[in-house]
Amino acid sequence: MLSVHQLTKCYATGDKALTNVSLEIPAGQVAALIGPSGAGKSTFIRCINRLVEPTSGKVFLGETELTKLNQRQLRRERRRMGMIFQEYALIDRLTVMENVLSGYLGYTGFWRSYFRRYPQDVVKKAFVLLERVGLEKFIDKRADALSGGQRQRVGIARALLQSPDILLVDEPTASLDPKTSRQIMRLIKELCIERKLAAIINIHDVQLAQLFADRIIGLRAGELVFDGLPDGLDADMLTRIYGEEDWNRSVQSDEESPESSKTKSNSHDIHSALKGTNV
Amino acid sequence: MSTSNDRLNLAAQGQWRRLPLIQDWRYRWALISAVIIYLILAGLSIEVNWARVAEGASRGLEFISAFFQPDFTTRWRDIQQGLLESLTMTLTSTVIGIILAIPVGVGAARNIAPLPIYLFCRSIIAISRTFQEIIIAILFVAMFGFGPLAGMITLAFATVGFMAKLLAEDIEDIDERQVEAIRATGASWLQMMNYAVQPQVMPRLIGLSFYRLDINFRESAVIGIVGAGGIGATLNTALARYEYDTAAAVLLIIIGIVLMAEYLSSYIRKWVQ
Ligand SMILES: Nc1ncnc2c1ncn2[C@@H]1O[C@H](COP(=O)(O)OP(=O)(O)O)[C@@H](O)[C@H]1O
Ligand SMILES: [Mg+2]
Repeated sequence: MLSVHQLTKCYATGDKALTNVSLEIPAGQVAALIGPSGAGKSTFIRCINRLVEPTSGKVFLGETELTKLNQRQLRRERRRMGMIFQEYALIDRLTVMENVLSGYLGYTGFWRSYFRRYPQDVVKKAFVLLERVGLEKFIDKRADALSGGQRQRVGIARALLQSPDILLVDEPTASLDPKTSRQIMRLIKELCIERKLAAIINIHDVQLAQLFADRIIGLRAGELVFDGLPDGLDADMLTRIYGEEDWNRSVQSDEESPESSKTKSNSHDIHSALKGTNV
Repeated sequence: MSTSNDRLNLAAQGQWRRLPLIQDWRYRWALISAVIIYLILAGLSIEVNWARVAEGASRGLEFISAFFQPDFTTRWRDIQQGLLESLTMTLTSTVIGIILAIPVGVGAARNIAPLPIYLFCRSIIAISRTFQEIIIAILFVAMFGFGPLAGMITLAFATVGFMAKLLAEDIEDIDERQVEAIRATGASWLQMMNYAVQPQVMPRLIGLSFYRLDINFRESAVIGIVGAGGIGATLNTALARYEYDTAAAVLLIIIGIVLMAEYLSSYIRKWVQ
């Protein structure tokens, strides 16, 4: 489905964000891309749909080599790649419906989109998607009037209206509370199964990645350091991806001394708390 | 640069002051006294001819007292015609100016336009903004003759620079993530402008347009004095004939219209947000 060969990206500032990353994502697979911040996760998925131009390497989507397309061809291929963003990236001043319909822009001409005259079946499809994510009552609300979780659902509906083959998801839960995070991840996962979509999900929360992904890819300083099943991710592996840290201890929060809990991110405390509620 | 130990000790005892902008106190005081001395010297260097001021004061008083008995009627036809000319000039110049300013402003936004277009549009803005309306008006009056046509072109020209600059700055400040999201859908450049950029800059663009309408009306009164027609020309004639009561009437009408525009534009700005 998607295959990436020796992808390298050097930013104009000199930062080497990716070094010779190669991987394949088969159709329908949900892969989580984990790694510390600055590892190059966002750069990686933006090099796939060329929001960021890769320095070298090749990317194939199915048979098409994305990295050699001209702008016009690239726009056509972008329709097959739905993108979901960390801070939702909705158009604040447009309504929920307009935001979802913007997922159809790649298929329509300028004047049609300018006058918001979308074909009836597209509007119908947008409505069904909004129903699926539970927001059909909000079609005429402005996007900035929604809560974080609701906005992300609109973002998901927008990406799906493109009828994509693959979802590129950049930290979908980084600005959400733990419960909403899990709901959003579950929604993405369910939609991928329903529609047989492949997905690459950037996420820094290891537990969420293990819960919802078929496969985990670990990136560190722009290099691929892990590629395997969620179960294969043990303390040694985490150390290789994120650096030195007492991984086992952080899971057993009961035994933690007050000092050590201060130095660690508190997300795992919340997770162990959530384990009890078992959402 | 690390904080000195003295400051840390003082802070530990609860004594802390914000660091001054200029660290060295000698340098700080030298600068402050230099500014004060310069102000005093500059003030002394302005020559005032008190005899002339006394003479002029009576004429000024006459002018002010005319405000209490403005004469709207004697020259009402002139006033009406000037007013109509000014309003037409204002409206057309604002509309034309904004229509021209939009492409220039888009081209002058560094995050949207390629470098050559950016430089070209920035130079248009620079030229339009360098010259004050009166200077441009003198030029256009020379080119197109006396009357409101020269005035309209002048104001449209000035509007382009003003609006394009502010629009370009607005576009440079937009949230790039929304642009990215629309580009990721496979949208074309025009669709990207319409969906990701326009919603972000539109409310301010509308607000600024009304602000510019207001400015253009006031400017139309000023450039009329150099021959560009409108209410300014009426005012100029009245003053030249020492008809202060008619001049007062004209000024009162200008004040009234400016106030109305002020009220209207603040109302509209609230509404579009
Ligand atoms: N637009 C950019 N210009 C220059 N450097 C960038 C840019 N975006 C990211 N980088 C650099 O590339 C590296 C990887 O960043 P990113 O892909 O955002 O990582 P992540 O998403 O994993 O946090 C970082 O060192 C970052 O500073
Ligand atoms: Mg990132």
